[in-house]
Amino acid sequence: MSKIVRSNKRRELAEKALDKKPSLGEDIDLSRYSSTAEEHAYQEKPSELPAQDKAQLMKVGLMLDDASQRSGTFVQIDRSVVHSSTSQEGVEVLAVTQALEKYDWLQDYWWHAVSVDQDKFTAQAEIDLQNGYFIRALPGAKVVYPVQACLYIAHKNLAQKVHNIIIAEEGSELHIITGCAAHPMSASGLHIGVSEFYIKRGAKVTFTMIHNWAPEIEVRPRSGAILEEGAVFLSNYVSMKPIRSLQMYPVARCIGEGAIVRFNSILVAPPGSHLDVGSRVLLNAKGSRAEIVSRTITTGGTIVARGHIAGSAPEVKGHLECRGLILSERGTIHAIPELKGEVAGIDLSHEAAVGKIAEEEVEYLMSRGLGRDEATAMIVRGFLRVDIEGLPPELAEELKSAVEVSEKELF
Amino acid sequence: MLSVEGLHVETHGKEILHGVNLSVEAGETHALFGPNGSGKTTLLMAIMGFPRYKITAGRILFKGQDITQASLDERARLGIGMSFQRPPVVRGVKTRDMVRACMGGREDDEAVASLAARLNMGDLMDREINYGFSGGEIKRSELLQLLAQGPDLVLLDEPESGVDLVNIALIGQMINELLQKELKRNRTRSGLIITHTGHILDYVNATRGYVLLNGSVVCQRDAHECLDTIKKNGYEGCVKCLK
Repeated sequence: MSKIVRSNKRRELAEKALDKKPSLGEDIDLSRYSSTAEEHAYQEKPSELPAQDKAQLMKVGLMLDDASQRSGTFVQIDRSVVHSSTSQEGVEVLAVTQALEKYDWLQDYWWHAVSVDQDKFTAQAEIDLQNGYFIRALPGAKVVYPVQACLYIAHKNLAQKVHNIIIAEEGSELHIITGCAAHPMSASGLHIGVSEFYIKRGAKVTFTMIHNWAPEIEVRPRSGAILEEGAVFLSNYVSMKPIRSLQMYPVARCIGEGAIVRFNSILVAPPGSHLDVGSRVLLNAKGSRAEIVSRTITTGGTIVARGHIAGSAPEVKGHLECRGLILSERGTIHAIPELKGEVAGIDLSHEAAVGKIAEEEVEYLMSRGLGRDEATAMIVRGFLRVDIEGLPPELAEELKSAVEVSEKELF
Repeated sequence: MLSVEGLHVETHGKEILHGVNLSVEAGETHALFGPNGSGKTTLLMAIMGFPRYKITAGRILFKGQDITQASLDERARLGIGMSFQRPPVVRGVKTRDMVRACMGGREDDEAVASLAARLNMGDLMDREINYGFSGGEIKRSELLQLLAQGPDLVLLDEPESGVDLVNIALIGQMINELLQKELKRNRTRSGLIITHTGHILDYVNATRGYVLLNGSVVCQRDAHECLDTIKKNGYEGCVKCLK
């Protein structure tokens, strides 16, 4: 990485923020984690990755043996990029350090959608950058199959720090499936993931992130998206497995007229898990629109489900929906929907509901012959079913199967 | 098929039914009349086995078996099915999922599709069950589920309310199908229908009728005579008749 000339100013800002506590979520003592890990060998063929790691990666939606349904693949284990490739013209998939060497202009995007000095986590990602992915769709390219990316923690107690850049050039269309997971034996670890999305005029990005961490992993994603005129960003996030703590609050800024953002989250907190997850959309351009939908379930853990839509331009429209189910005696769901309007003629609304499964619904299903447990499972499956408008059918199918795999473990 | 003996039922700590007796033979359909609050729905809910409707005395026999203590889902699996007046919305669960659940493993997508088409339900199959359904749509959806379930005893709570004149014939036809009215003999399915207006009796041939007043059956006779009397004299007539 010696060749990369990084801005001194950003480095200074990062250094000043190294001890800056996060504004939300539990603070983490970074000295508890190690920053080093053994290197993992690069594999030309993702099918040749170690069997156990492969099994974990498949669970988060990666296709490694036959990647013909993928237009690109990126896999990073601990600090090492072990595979990166593309199979369709018009799409680039690189390790972000490689991309920084290749493209000087990438500096203009670096820390543009997320602030380097937001907190100690962003600061760490700047000071001790390990890697991350760079995915770009060239102007007008319609990338048919999704690009798959995975960030994986194998080394015990590692603090993994990555910085991802996603660029959809004008008029392009890009689908990304990203899975994050940990080796079942890596008892603890910290994942800091900065992701910056740049969606240019008339471009569309669908981003589906499935987290499959482990009970002792702490996770702090820091994401931002900037949308130009007529751009579309559909972001789906699923975390249904035990995780020690997760705090994220991605922000999408619509700076171009008619931009559209949809955030969907499906969160399950088993006992011992603490999830503080929200999505924020700033509707700063005329006619831009946002929809934030979250479905949360606690089986004993804690969930803070945030959502924030702010409208500062005419004719913007936004809707926020937070629904939570409490499936055990213990467990907390705290829904915090926020709306802020700064001009006349905007249309922002929200609905939030937290509770247990309605007995009336269970009985209705039982009267059709289902046992109580079957009836409950069917209601929960329905609750978790988020029909995502605009998601291509293959992706909707993948998301559905990812949710189904996890929901089986709920009962 | 069904025999209700001296049934007392309470809900929310209050006794609603005070010793109801009735019996429906295999292949027969009976109608339940009575003003609002007389206990008609309570009776069906108690037969179906909803836990909120507590049986404090008496018993229910179904196919010769005492089911008074059987749970709701056990009764459904034994062959009792009910269509509800105001079924709940179950978000995310589609009509199609409900119909599949009703078939209990005997899944037959083709049969479901043709039933759905006949009930004009095609476009409702992929909607969340009961969410934003009109009155008529609820009735058709309830009947579709029952047809998929194929119960031996069908309990219908006002199947015609909120249904327009065009659709009432369709509803009647589907109920007849449910009750095997096409068979001239050896019908095995039975029905118990709550009706306010009696309109459904123009399409469904019910033999016996019961008038329920304040939680007791005060009259039982031919269903059509029953309806005619009520039409002529109102329920007050039934009260007078008692005196």
